Amino acid sequence: MKSINDYPANIPPEYEEEEGQIKIFGFWIFLAAELVLFSCLFATYLVYLDRTASGPTGTEIFEYPGVIIQTFLLLTSSFTSSIGIFELRRKNKLRVLIWMGITLLLGISFLGMEIKEFATYIEEGVSISTSAFWSSFYILVGTHGAHVTFGIIWMSIVLIHFIRKGINPTTSRKLFVASLYWHFLDAVWIFVITGVYLIGGGINL
Amino acid sequence: MNLESIKKFLLEDFFVTGDPFIYAADIMIGLTSILIIAVLTYFKKWKWLWNEWITSVDHKKIGIMYMIASLMMLIRAGIDALMMRTQLMLPSMNFLDSQQYNEIFTTHGVVMLLFMAMPFLFGLINVAMPLQIGARDVAFPYLNSLSFWLFFFGAMLFNLSFVIGGSPDAGWVNYPTLAGEKLSPGPSINYYLLSLQISGLGTLMSGINFIATIIKMRAPGMTLMRMPIFTWSTLITSIIIVFAFPVLTIALALLTIDRIFGSHFFTVAGEGLPMMYVNMFWLWGHPEVYILILPAFGIFSEIISTFARKGLFGYRAMVYSMIVISLLSFVVWVHHFFTMGNSPAVNSVFSISTMAIAVPTGVKIFNWLLTLYKGKIKMSAANLWALGFIPIFVIGGATGVMLASAPADYQYHNSYFLVSHFHYVLISGTVFSIFAGLHYWWPKMFGHTLNETLGKWGFWLFAIGFNLTFFPMYIVGLMGMTRRVNTYSADAGWTSLNFIETIGAYLMGIAFLIIVYNIYYSARHGRRDQTGDPWNGRTLEWSIPSPAPEYNFAHIPRVEGIDTYWLTKKDNRKEPSNHSTYKAIHMPNNSGQPFFMSLFFFIAGFGLVFEWIPIAITGTLGIGAVMIVRSFDEDKGYHIPAWKIKKTEMKQRGQNHEVNK
Repeated sequence: MKSINDYPANIPPEYEEEEGQIKIFGFWIFLAAELVLFSCLFATYLVYLDRTASGPTGTEIFEYPGVIIQTFLLLTSSFTSSIGIFELRRKNKLRVLIWMGITLLLGISFLGMEIKEFATYIEEGVSISTSAFWSSFYILVGTHGAHVTFGIIWMSIVLIHFIRKGINPTTSRKLFVASLYWHFLDAVWIFVITGVYLIGGGINL
Repeated sequence: MNLESIKKFLLEDFFVTGDPFIYAADIMIGLTSILIIAVLTYFKKWKWLWNEWITSVDHKKIGIMYMIASLMMLIRAGIDALMMRTQLMLPSMNFLDSQQYNEIFTTHGVVMLLFMAMPFLFGLINVAMPLQIGARDVAFPYLNSLSFWLFFFGAMLFNLSFVIGGSPDAGWVNYPTLAGEKLSPGPSINYYLLSLQISGLGTLMSGINFIATIIKMRAPGMTLMRMPIFTWSTLITSIIIVFAFPVLTIALALLTIDRIFGSHFFTVAGEGLPMMYVNMFWLWGHPEVYILILPAFGIFSEIISTFARKGLFGYRAMVYSMIVISLLSFVVWVHHFFTMGNSPAVNSVFSISTMAIAVPTGVKIFNWLLTLYKGKIKMSAANLWALGFIPIFVIGGATGVMLASAPADYQYHNSYFLVSHFHYVLISGTVFSIFAGLHYWWPKMFGHTLNETLGKWGFWLFAIGFNLTFFPMYIVGLMGMTRRVNTYSADAGWTSLNFIETIGAYLMGIAFLIIVYNIYYSARHGRRDQTGDPWNGRTLEWSIPSPAPEYNFAHIPRVEGIDTYWLTKKDNRKEPSNHSTYKAIHMPNNSGQPFFMSLFFFIAGFGLVFEWIPIAITGTLGIGAVMIVRSFDEDKGYHIPAWKIKKTEMKQRGQNHEVNK
């Protein structure tokens, strides 16, 4: 097996220690499992597209402007977290904090908008127990939202570590793994916007 | 009024009352708990238990704990089986009523598959796999401990249902709408959903852990195609786990949300589809049976090769056949419900894909036979289990191909023919492999071998009892007896066959007692394993002393081929004496966090079972708190100093080592 010494110098800090390499590898496997988890929820949603029990359909309820803003917020946050990791590799602690801080703010705004969106829908009379379609909608989008919530808490804790200890292999690895998770949620959202809101809203692409 | 209502709740909904079996269980649980506490206190073992076992992150100790817990579960589910067989011994028996019978076949299935077979295999993997690849531990020792405790508390939650709240009774598959809120209100089905969810999380973590260990932590020189076959089977099994278990997570979660929060995933009202659950369940459920059988194949391959004193025939074919089996395992799930309204086209596709699995499996059977061919076969107890497996598994597999034919399946479906088929493959495959592996790796765990005579008695009684129990089931199934019936009339003509089955079942019970007695007997009178290599083994775990020291390898070995330790022995090189110096070894610290995190999972699960949301939230917050504590933990581990390693190696290798120097 290749050890880290077989690679050219100038490796990113998160891969500097063998422990970091193994943990990042383990996290990729975990993301594979998450992918299957979301696939099942998407499959459920797509099977239940027309099963509204003569209640409201997606087309009647979905609020697109909010959803589009949410999309921009989350996609941008993925970009800013990338810049954060870029600055991490350039060993610039302050800039890492700034970019990761922006990422968190964007994430929190996304979450706020999603909660507001759900509240609006419930006001309009569709809840988890309205029909199979709405059950699958709330659980799929809600699971994504729960992941985002978890990601925000997680990244905040990692940043506390980072502020206290600065750039070292451990904090770099923690930050890198958290950002991997963040990118993953971003990728899932792309499927949510197309699969849930566009197809589920009856919009032909 | 308040006191009255609490009393009413406790007696009517909380504790299960009015059933002599349950009262007996209450007394047994109470007495056992008092006994355990008394023994631990009397011998002042609390601290030892906590420091040496509960908080341990050593893969060998975690493996042993998996096996102890699984043996307990085997006893529990075995008693379930004997109660069922007693009820069916004669027509129109009144030993169990229909509700009790429903509960018992449900818990028998769930406990045997998920709380006995799988964790037992995980125990063997934990003990043997890191040793086979020359690693000092698994990739994530802390996570490994968490996996174990999640399984353990999941199993405890499930077993709690027997005395508090009522056992689940909708079969191990737990299909809605029967398992839905309307037809099964109350905590019983919730127990099933939550306990499987918790232990399933542990399983997923184990899968990730094993993959990372095997991919990243092999000794230098051990390429993938030089890995011992048991390690290969672990790798493939773990990949199946990672892709199959999230499906179960979702199936269980959606049914839980249906039951507790009133959604409509699987209720016909609200246009939900119960078949969606059935599909997802088997999309996990079929890969699950390969999770149970592939490590078993790995164990048998190791044992047959060792005791035939030959390298495994067709090593590459063995690896590729396992990979093909793992791929096919994901595309056969519909064969579990051929009769539930699929079109003929769909049934045909799944019929053919199911039959195709017989091809790679057949390859493996021939490879085992050709490994034995012209080998110097030693009939040890471990090898008897492996050799007994081959013909019995072939019978089970052949009837599996019969069941795979969709039109014929309309006749076999839900009959005792099916029951016999899956017991033939799962018992001869998984249970035989567990006992084989137990005999094989026992010296590596405890430093002495299990008694061979008792082991052989255990095997023969078990094998005979097994065939007596399950072969008549094929016949009685073809005669029309369906599964899950709690009684039958004398006119049906099934009496004599059922009577034979029950005798066989009790024979298996006696065999199991002999196996357990053997553990006790060998602990007192077993032959000490001085060499570390009692079977003339071929793989790296036999190159270190028995029992394996906590750091495993004083020196990380260099691997030169398949069966690398065999090559070392053939060239007459004495591995340990090549090295004169010892270096300090870095080890992870023990941690109590996995235990507490799993305890909070248990509390959250228990809250959800009774739909007491505040308790569920408390448990969840507890889980989060432990995670945050873990995040701020600065655990750098510790080092075992070189002189200590030298001392251990000298002591354990004893005379041999001095001579070789």
